[in-house]
Amino acid sequence: MAAVSLLSTRGLTRRFGGLTAVDGVDLDLSNGEIRALIGPNGAGKTTLVGLICGRIAPSAGTIRFEGRDITALPAHARVGLGIAYTFQITAIYARLPVFDNVALAVQRRGVADLAAETLAALDRVGLADRAGQVAGTLAYGHQRLLEVAMGLALAPKLLILDEPTQGLADTEIETFKRLVREVARTATVLLIEHNMELVMDLADRITVLNFGEVLAEGTPAEIRADWAVQAAYLGA
Amino acid sequence: MTGHRGAILGLHLGVIGVLAALYFVLPAYHVSNLARIMVLSVFAMGYNIAFGYTGLLSLGHALFFASGLYATGTLVQLAGWPAGPGLLAGIAGGALAALAVGLLALRTTGVAFMIVTLMFAQAGYLLILYFGPLTRGDEGYVIDRASRVVAGLDLSDDRTRYFAALALFALALLACLALVRSPTGRVLVAMRENAERSRMLGYDPFRYRLIGLVASGLLAGASGAAYGLMFGYVGATFASIQYSILPLLWVLLGGAGTVLGPFLGTLVMFYLVDLSSSVTTAHLMVVGLALLALVLFARKGLLGSLRERALPWLP
Repeated sequence: MAAVSLLSTRGLTRRFGGLTAVDGVDLDLSNGEIRALIGPNGAGKTTLVGLICGRIAPSAGTIRFEGRDITALPAHARVGLGIAYTFQITAIYARLPVFDNVALAVQRRGVADLAAETLAALDRVGLADRAGQVAGTLAYGHQRLLEVAMGLALAPKLLILDEPTQGLADTEIETFKRLVREVARTATVLLIEHNMELVMDLADRITVLNFGEVLAEGTPAEIRADWAVQAAYLGA
Repeated sequence: MTGHRGAILGLHLGVIGVLAALYFVLPAYHVSNLARIMVLSVFAMGYNIAFGYTGLLSLGHALFFASGLYATGTLVQLAGWPAGPGLLAGIAGGALAALAVGLLALRTTGVAFMIVTLMFAQAGYLLILYFGPLTRGDEGYVIDRASRVVAGLDLSDDRTRYFAALALFALALLACLALVRSPTGRVLVAMRENAERSRMLGYDPFRYRLIGLVASGLLAGASGAAYGLMFGYVGATFASIQYSILPLLWVLLGGAGTVLGPFLGTLVMFYLVDLSSSVTTAHLMVVGLALLALVLFARKGLLGSLRERALPWLP
């Protein structure tokens, strides 16, 4: 186990009626790592990060962030502590300008020069020249980047990215990879991703989820070697 | 973006300037109408903060208007307060009513919110009728001329009333402009556009909706309090469902989510009724046709459509 644990869950469980979507998950994230969360469709990945960021209430278990029990804390308060979540299905404010989308995240931090900080945040994802454009008119790839920019602009300690590269072109994935590496210098990244090449390349550690349980956890090399994962996920 | 600042400020100050000049040009009948329109458009501006910016479709704003009207009327006419403190109490009354309703009604959203606010407003209306010996119910009561003097200004005098109405209107308009261009205003709009996304940016939807509703109730209360002092009449009609629907229509007509829309909507609707009443007794049919035309040709209201087609910078 890592020396400095940013986030740790113990026995985290969520049941939907008869279905146990997340089943007794113990997850530890250490400061500054890039952790990938993989698993087949329906493994409970999105539910697990939903529990961590507070969008979904757990049926059992605890969540600690920087040593503090946040299990009962509402989602908006967790954002205040430094947990940011970017949506799997792009959830930008389509009818507002690109600038306002990111300014909403930047002003949450209470900065002195909102305009300058917002443009700087847009510049990180290469969208500064589109600040005045209505967000809904951006190309799909740019909308994904805007979504990530909104998460980044919160200056989080933990950034949760839910399938961020879904539908992105190869060149855009390269830009995205560089971005995540840069983010990881100041924050911890929890990444749900189906693109295995990207996961193997980017992640420090990988957690494999299946039927709501942790099936395996380790470095990319260890996971690649793990036969159980291959059976469940890699389609062996 | 922050461009067009000069144009935006110029436009709004220009409207206030034109309204001041109109006093010297218009005949007395229209001067009196315009004073009434300016005061009522403060009510519409308040409704617009809740509906147009925060996305809260309330059917109970008559309660907030009536809270202002009755707080001021009761204290000034029945308890003998001076008009100045009475006016302030009316403004506070509107905000407090919105706070109380909001704390309960904002646990719901959408259609349920409409019904709960409607229910609260009806309860308020019935309460006024129930305390008939005090409120004189539907019949209402008149506030004496002598009691309608605020800081030495006699609000029953036409000229004083016009400029007092203009002052209130200007203050409300510039306050709305400042609010919607502020970071708080941006969050209110974010709640309207996507509350769940806003929650994941760290904003508590309940809290910001409550802020929007209280600001809205404050303006509605200010409008009601000023209306009572300026026109000297307090009656239960102002608490009826009609006065919850009217601001919605004014805002829809002028353009929800535009700063000048509520005023324009109130102005057009007022004169639509006024002019058609002189031709036919079926003036509500004319209003209905105007609303049909609005739905068919300019769904975002007059200024909303203008913003969409020609002036994207319009706040």
